[in-house]
Amino acid sequence: MPRLPDLQAAFSAALTDPDAAVPEGVTAPRGGRADKRFAVYRNNVTVSLVGALEDTFPAIARLLGDEYFTALAREYVRAKRPSSPFLAEYGEDFGDFLDAFPPLAGYPYLGDVARLEHAWLSAYHAADAAPLDPARLTAISESDVGDVRFTLHPALRMVQSRWPILQLFEANRTGEGKPPADLSSGGESVLVTRPVLDVTLSRLAPGASYFLNALAEGSTLGAAAGKAFENASEFDLAQALQAALAAGAFADIRMPD
Amino acid sequence: MSEKNTRYRKIEIPARAGVGLKAQHYRDVLEGAPDIGFFEIHAENYMGAGGPPHAYLSAIREFYPLSLHGVGLSIGSHGALDKDHLARLKAIESRYEPGLFSEHLAWSTHDTAYYNDLLPVPYDRETLARVCDHIDEVQDTLGRRMLLENPSTYVAFEQSTMSELDFLREIVRRTGCGLLLDVNNVYVSAVNHETSPEDYLDSFPVEHVGEIHLGGHAPDIDDEGRPLLIDAHDRAVDNAVWGLYDRLLQRAGALPTLIEWDNDVPQWAVLAGEAAAAERMLAGVAQGTTVHAATA
Repeated sequence: MPRLPDLQAAFSAALTDPDAAVPEGVTAPRGGRADKRFAVYRNNVTVSLVGALEDTFPAIARLLGDEYFTALAREYVRAKRPSSPFLAEYGEDFGDFLDAFPPLAGYPYLGDVARLEHAWLSAYHAADAAPLDPARLTAISESDVGDVRFTLHPALRMVQSRWPILQLFEANRTGEGKPPADLSSGGESVLVTRPVLDVTLSRLAPGASYFLNALAEGSTLGAAAGKAFENASEFDLAQALQAALAAGAFADIRMPD
Repeated sequence: MSEKNTRYRKIEIPARAGVGLKAQHYRDVLEGAPDIGFFEIHAENYMGAGGPPHAYLSAIREFYPLSLHGVGLSIGSHGALDKDHLARLKAIESRYEPGLFSEHLAWSTHDTAYYNDLLPVPYDRETLARVCDHIDEVQDTLGRRMLLENPSTYVAFEQSTMSELDFLREIVRRTGCGLLLDVNNVYVSAVNHETSPEDYLDSFPVEHVGEIHLGGHAPDIDDEGRPLLIDAHDRAVDNAVWGLYDRLLQRAGALPTLIEWDNDVPQWAVLAGEAAAAERMLAGVAQGTTVHAATA
């Protein structure tokens, strides 16, 4: 008879392998066949994890249809088990899985939509912080303002894409807006924030992602603006700052030393 | 937004009916202020750092006793407990100061993979030692006594050498933990293993029970065409389970009793109705009279 470590190794391996035999030593009462009984555990594992993916990726499920999504999610579950019981973290690389899934090669935007859905959930569960009061910035003298640094809000996430992912997200998840008529009409970079309770998504203007990434890395406002100009000549600092403040992208501001 | 650093007054869980708190019912609870004995949460649903789950739970915790129920600690694993998970559990425990903490006699993690189900353990000496070590570690980390829940099981193990009740009794003796008696699990396991749920309940060490669970199960059949019940928590409590609950109350007296309904979650009023049915039976026991399930 298997000892506990071998029993649990065999039991767990058979949970996500539909072709595996019932592990040795696992029986029905009075020793009968336990195939259907073991299948209850196998089913619980797969159905609950597929359900977790459905909860996290409703736009992907809508885009693919429920039947296709369920089959796809089963493939993912077979390939990847959660690494923690905190299931909000499960599916972190579902976008990469979609990118690499050959039958979906004709739908290259799905991976980015999935990354946006996971960013939404990550922002939903992120730490709480009061968003920066814009008055704190306007109170700073013009000579100092280029040298201030920002602490980004803990719920801030960004997803950049060559595809109109914000339109795809909104049309397939919240029911607001129409799906984009032309998928090659241009990419969208999306800012995800949660200033208080509600997760909000907004489209980032050209250069804004470079600007916010530089601020996240500790650059001064002046240096971050320079970085954004380098990468996008049409970058508008005043507009980018105002949009970031309005979205609750910052938690704090630090004066120059 | 939230009272992140507030220290709540620790409220003991009363010998009343409570319900499992679901996100679908946050607003019903906060706006309707229902008369419910306590709420129980799954710890794993509150393991994010912040956001709406904590904001709602903080608000509800202001007004109700809270019971903390883990579903992912994997106490029955041969492998070591996940230290990160235990730390997150400790953080929730410290933040909300629940009246009690419970977990399952089951495993759900192997190596680093989490299977999101309550998997069964063989009842033998090796497993017993492992489970007791893990319970000691949990109780040391949390600085409190925990309750261990009897499982629903669908299979048996050839290597089991003890009955489930002897296994539970020995765990209590070695670790000093208490027990959570899930009456639906008693019924599900008894049907699945063709044993008597009445005998099991009548022998259960009720002096160590700190909480009772009631929930719904789904009927199926096994390979031989015999009944196989699934612990689905997706419907109302079965009449057979209400009957066993009544029988238990006669012997054990009134105890905190939770209605679990985790899948196909109904309207608040339906869940509240289940709690009211349990509450009437509890009140009958407290007053020394018996309210039978049929009239509850």
